[in-house]
Amino acid sequence: MKIALFIPCYIDQFYPQVGQATLELLTKLGCEVDFPLNQTCCGQPMANSGFAAASKDCDKNFVRNFTGYDYIVGPSGSCVLHVKEHLKDDQHSEETIHIRKHIYELTEFITDVLKKEVHNAVFPHKVGLHNSCHGQRGLGLSSMSERMLPAFSKPEQLLSKVKGIQLLKPVRTDECCGFGGTFSVFEEAVSVKMGKDRIKQHEANEVEFITGVDVSCLMHLEGILKRQGSKVKTIHIAEILNTEA
Amino acid sequence: MSSRDKIFTAIRKNKPESVPYTEPDLSLVINYPDLMSQFSTVLTAIGGSCKEVASATEAKQFIDSIDKGAFVIDTTGVYPSDLTHLSPASLAAVDTAIIRGGVAVAENGSIWVTEENMVNRLLPFIAQQLILVIHEKDLVSTMHQAYERISVNETGFGVFIAGPSKTADIEQSLVIGAHGPCGMMAVVIRN
Amino acid sequence: MKDHATLAEEFIKDDARTNWHDETLWFVRQKRDKAAHGLPEWEQLREWASQIKNHTLSNMESYLEEFEKNALDNGVKVHWAADATEHNQIIHDIIKSKGITRIVKSKSMLTEECHLNHYLEEQGVEVVDTDLGERIVQFRHEPPSHIVLPAIHLKKQDVSDTFHEHLHTEKGNNDPTYLTRAARVHLREKFIASQLAITGVNFAIAETGGVVVCTNEGNADMGTHAADVHIACMGFEKLIPKASHLSVFLRLLARSATGQPITTYSSHFHKPRAGQEMHIVIVDNGRSDILGKADFRNALKCIRCAACFNTCPVYRRSGGFSYHTAVAGPIGSILNPNFDPKKYADLPFASSLCGSCSNVCPVKIDIHDQLWKWRQELSKGGHLPLSKKIMMKGMAFVLGRPALYRFGGASARWVLRHMPFLVKFKVNPWYKQREMPEAPKQSFRDWYIQNKKK
Repeated sequence: MKIALFIPCYIDQFYPQVGQATLELLTKLGCEVDFPLNQTCCGQPMANSGFAAASKDCDKNFVRNFTGYDYIVGPSGSCVLHVKEHLKDDQHSEETIHIRKHIYELTEFITDVLKKEVHNAVFPHKVGLHNSCHGQRGLGLSSMSERMLPAFSKPEQLLSKVKGIQLLKPVRTDECCGFGGTFSVFEEAVSVKMGKDRIKQHEANEVEFITGVDVSCLMHLEGILKRQGSKVKTIHIAEILNTEA
Repeated sequence: MSSRDKIFTAIRKNKPESVPYTEPDLSLVINYPDLMSQFSTVLTAIGGSCKEVASATEAKQFIDSIDKGAFVIDTTGVYPSDLTHLSPASLAAVDTAIIRGGVAVAENGSIWVTEENMVNRLLPFIAQQLILVIHEKDLVSTMHQAYERISVNETGFGVFIAGPSKTADIEQSLVIGAHGPCGMMAVVIRN
Repeated sequence: MKDHATLAEEFIKDDARTNWHDETLWFVRQKRDKAAHGLPEWEQLREWASQIKNHTLSNMESYLEEFEKNALDNGVKVHWAADATEHNQIIHDIIKSKGITRIVKSKSMLTEECHLNHYLEEQGVEVVDTDLGERIVQFRHEPPSHIVLPAIHLKKQDVSDTFHEHLHTEKGNNDPTYLTRAARVHLREKFIASQLAITGVNFAIAETGGVVVCTNEGNADMGTHAADVHIACMGFEKLIPKASHLSVFLRLLARSATGQPITTYSSHFHKPRAGQEMHIVIVDNGRSDILGKADFRNALKCIRCAACFNTCPVYRRSGGFSYHTAVAGPIGSILNPNFDPKKYADLPFASSLCGSCSNVCPVKIDIHDQLWKWRQELSKGGHLPLSKKIMMKGMAFVLGRPALYRFGGASARWVLRHMPFLVKFKVNPWYKQREMPEAPKQSFRDWYIQNKKK
């Protein structure tokens, strides 16, 4: 099984520890993982701003880097969803389709493709789980409060095996945190208000950490937490799952 | 070209290819085992009330026994022969209207009332209190069965009434009695 | 004109009121959840509703013909309006020809869309809105801020002040029951005196030529059954093929809107009562154009329940007026650009694309996908700010070239230095209320090459 690691641009630049944890976790789970060195960005920031047509070079570069793998795995539900829904390269349409069908967010890759659990992780803390919208509603990583369907959660399923963890869900279990890509700057006031509200709900549970499958949401929440001088920290789910006793 | 033609031309040009649909499969729809209790619970929850009686005679005795105010119009019994033509101003003084209802729906506490039942269309809406007299055999689980039983155009006007008139337009605080009845009661005759 | 982001920022300045608005509407969303949970067939119902609407849209002309024929047979007068102006003129002509002066109107988003009240006012005709919420905002010369809860932006003290001024209620008495009773007395007088009642239409039944109007207050019925003339206004998309399909829609509508199992009154109008006149005005006003857009046509399935408003985290925190249009919220953000892409270019961006709107929609409109598609459309049409275009093209240029991307990131993290929203000074919208991520010494790629690469 040839697996390529997709590390979105802002994780590469600002949160290398998340990339490291993802790579190490996948290796522990018995995967042989390759990191295509010329990857950059999935093109989502431009596309969500209305300039999907302008991000052709990004798309082409993505296809060039990720062709020839059985699976592509990344620690970001949002970027993965964007590739799944919008990756476009007319000159390499077969390769593009293959990528779109075989790209996975980390937790769904572990539960659905590897069909494994993570056993050795230890994280004796109170942790709030943030359901990122694109992972949840877009990729279907967990059931959604709006839909009248049976409850499940792939991230929770993995976190529930972590030793010592106390997982707490905020009220409004799956409301958006307000990041929304460039929404966070073009609609700054609403974006920050949404983030503050989310944080209040987590703080009511007296959590030490907020975790999730998307670094982007966590980056936004972290920015507000730090500005507020809060003791609550953000941590990506891969970093928790990659801990060891 | 008339606007009608313009609209039809544009629709003809722009509409997508015909797509089929499936009629609702009633075997997939909720079925309440106790229609009476479901109906009564829902109607009460939405601000109405429900009284079960054994017979038409008992219904009459019960309705006679309650305080209905001075001006009562009972279209199930004897009512003014010019009711159809009574002015809105006169009808505004009606304290209680008593009207026969048709099919009643357990899932939402609503009752089908036709123009023939109400005689004057304004009556069930303008009266201060509304009493609808129905039969237990007319209870159905959901709207699907309700529409199977009625023909919507049997008379010129028909309405599903579920509880008293209400509003929550001021700070979402529920107030019973917006413009219409401040109280609505279903009297259900068991057979 | 101010855009959504600016108007939202102004709304949010009053933190307590924003919280109240958010929590109140979230409570409505919770009531919707509870009502939906009561029906095991909920998701199936949505599917049926969606299919019926798609089918009707794809056979619109034959159902419209059928509807018109049956309505005419019922003794109803049918009018066709190509646009808002014609709709308003048709109504004004009826008013003029009969010398009508006392008019009541129940809620109709179509008449809001056509600015009917404003048009008639200019002709010297006064219309009394009879939905309590609409009457409140009418007194205040405001548009509704929500299509189901028109006065949801107001607190009871605001209503109290307004009623004190217009209905002479006791000053400072904020009791909702007291205020509602005052409106009851005021509006019952208007109903009794009315000569003409204007209503909207929730559903129009092709097979019978009838229209269905849903209210909780009974105001549509009080008006129509008292007045000598009834005019029902509808966009042609209100059509459904059969009366039995009402079961699907009435089961979904109130549950989605307010969490009620059904509205208090679901009134089926087929024939005018003896001596009454009934008119139906069928309006296009851009709908036939939308029907031709494959990506956007299914927005015409909308039954105006406003579930997407109540669930939208942006709407709840920015208020209806921030959308500067009659139909706000997520559905408004995908409908309005059809009418005026320039004026409403900001609306598809008033969303974090969280997708909650599509999930609650009772007729399964792909709202958040359409928001994304509108962004592309507006960009193609040149309706987005030049600064945004330059910024995005610049980013695309760099991110499409790995060496350039790495060159930027190598020493001081390219993004920190060059992405305009990640620079530390006050006008940077990211930095205004948020710290920026710390820039690590090494990128992941650098670490990988150093430690892992074979």
